[in-house]
Amino acid sequence: MTMLKTLAPYEFKSRDAVENYKGRQLLYVNWERHRMFSRPFVLAMKPETPFSAVVDEMAACFSYHPDWQHIDWDKAIWQNGNTPFTPDRNKTLAENGIGHKDLIRFRTLGLDGIAGTGY
Amino acid sequence: MDMKVAKKLGLKERYSLMTRDLAWDTTYQPMDKVFPQTTYEGIKIHDWDKWEDPFRLTMDAYWKYQSEKERKLYAILDGFNQNNGHLSVTDARYINVLKLFLGSTPPLELMAARGFSMMGRQMNGAGPRVACQMQAVDEYRHFQTQIHSISNYNKYYNGMDEFAHQQSRMWYLSDGKSFFDDAITAGPFEFMVAIGFAFEYVLTNILFVPFISGAAYNGDMAAMTVGFSAQSDEARHMTLGLECIKFMLEQDPDNLPIVQRWIDKWTWRGTRKLASVGMMMDYMLPKRIMSFKEAWEMYVEENGGALFKDLARYGITIPKCFSQTIEEKEHVSHQSWIGFYMKPQATPFHTWIPTPDEMDWLSEKYPNTFDKYYRPVLEFFDAQEKAGNRFDNKTAPMNCQVCVSTMKFNEPGDPMEMCFRESIYNGEKFHTCSDHCKEIFDNEPEKYSQTFISSHQVLQGNCEPDGVDVNAPDFEPGRHMLDYWKLDKRALGDFNGSEDQKNFAAWREQATKN
Repeated sequence: MTMLKTLAPYEFKSRDAVENYKGRQLLYVNWERHRMFSRPFVLAMKPETPFSAVVDEMAACFSYHPDWQHIDWDKAIWQNGNTPFTPDRNKTLAENGIGHKDLIRFRTLGLDGIAGTGY
Repeated sequence: MDMKVAKKLGLKERYSLMTRDLAWDTTYQPMDKVFPQTTYEGIKIHDWDKWEDPFRLTMDAYWKYQSEKERKLYAILDGFNQNNGHLSVTDARYINVLKLFLGSTPPLELMAARGFSMMGRQMNGAGPRVACQMQAVDEYRHFQTQIHSISNYNKYYNGMDEFAHQQSRMWYLSDGKSFFDDAITAGPFEFMVAIGFAFEYVLTNILFVPFISGAAYNGDMAAMTVGFSAQSDEARHMTLGLECIKFMLEQDPDNLPIVQRWIDKWTWRGTRKLASVGMMMDYMLPKRIMSFKEAWEMYVEENGGALFKDLARYGITIPKCFSQTIEEKEHVSHQSWIGFYMKPQATPFHTWIPTPDEMDWLSEKYPNTFDKYYRPVLEFFDAQEKAGNRFDNKTAPMNCQVCVSTMKFNEPGDPMEMCFRESIYNGEKFHTCSDHCKEIFDNEPEKYSQTFISSHQVLQGNCEPDGVDVNAPDFEPGRHMLDYWKLDKRALGDFNGSEDQKNFAAWREQATKN
């Protein structure tokens, strides 16, 4: 139950409601144990965008890391939030069950960052 | 006939006449309609006269003390400026810490001035009202003196002149802005816990004592004088915050759980805000006085711990976050520096990789963490920069919905894993950086679903300079960020090769050679 106390009614729409993004939705992406990138990045994409477009954005950012070229994509482990899932690159975000403000976490076993530090 | 000489007033009488005696109860309107803010938060006050004034200072005495401080301050500032004091700092990297300080601190002092002005109106009791008004004037003074001390540097170095424009727009200033916006939109008692207590005890002590000593250590007499001039007011501020806490707890037992929740919340929010101060101490001061970890131990663990022991007699327990802050003290400054280093095109100050001897200092100060987690990646960055491939992460960040920090903190107990927490409110996901921020969100989701997260606002088309048509078919959000932020392009990039670096070297050469 909320603990908010106010002097007058306090009813406002969420500032990041999906309708504020003109047909697009927010998506966050994190490469686990590669903290060199400091934090996940955010994208705004239409739900009908193929998941391969997300992978392209990942490559644009993450390929700076020497581990990137060693990824065995068949062994990558994916999570949407805390739920494991297997994305299909040729299907859309919606078809992959990805909604507004979902966090895609991507883990590459055996690759633990620079000198195994998690960075 | 004998002259009848009026007896000189004692300090106590004088104080009473000049403060409480000036107050009155309203009669045209009932008091609770004139002061609605002091009841709606649920805090019960039965007798405002029980407020103990921690310092019996009247306005006339206040002006006298403060004007003396100002005279000394400006004499030192003038002397420093006239003698080209900026060339006597340790090296030009130091000036970047002032750029960060200027953007992050004076605007918050101004918010504190606004907040305490509001408290001066909203509190029923005359005692706290007078004290809050004085603190409002103090905060305004700090806002002005900080800007004045740094303005001399602005004549010579890049990236300082748009700090006021950037305050509500720059991604990395969002955490401090959010801290004060959250406090000032709460009720007066929560504001007093947030700013009077958590901010003054947790934050300003570390900012004004070890960090400002560091400024002195690096030859910046201007920042040092301002810092110490402010610190003499801070002692009064801390006493006021603590008095307010004790007053609430003494007035009614029902106040305890409310006050405890606020202490938990604001100690954590203060801790998150401090991550960048840690980085200033560990990475940005060329000559270091103490590590952030050591400062944390001295000012928060020891002093803060003693304070909570003192409050235990009222039933207050140590904030829930305390053990996590102790674990994080060995990590946050490094995590923050990496977060800034990787954005060379998005801050009005330069970043750099510490020199080998500075890395050795970090190894010595952080024996459990620096070599194990942070040195290898910093050395990797260094090698890349030397090979002409300096790191520049062009992506936009994910931020915590509560503290608005970028999501860069580790899972407690596992420094290799990121920490993510999630809540659902009205069918929408909200992400937080920690258990403590999640709890704050879950307690008041209506409020935090309004958080202004700059990377999201960019994607909504709300962060564009004038003249950009956000409805144009080829509109691409974020393309004009530098113009929107009014970022001075000379202030971007690595310190190595910067105009500041070259100018400082040339000017110092002129000053010391024929």
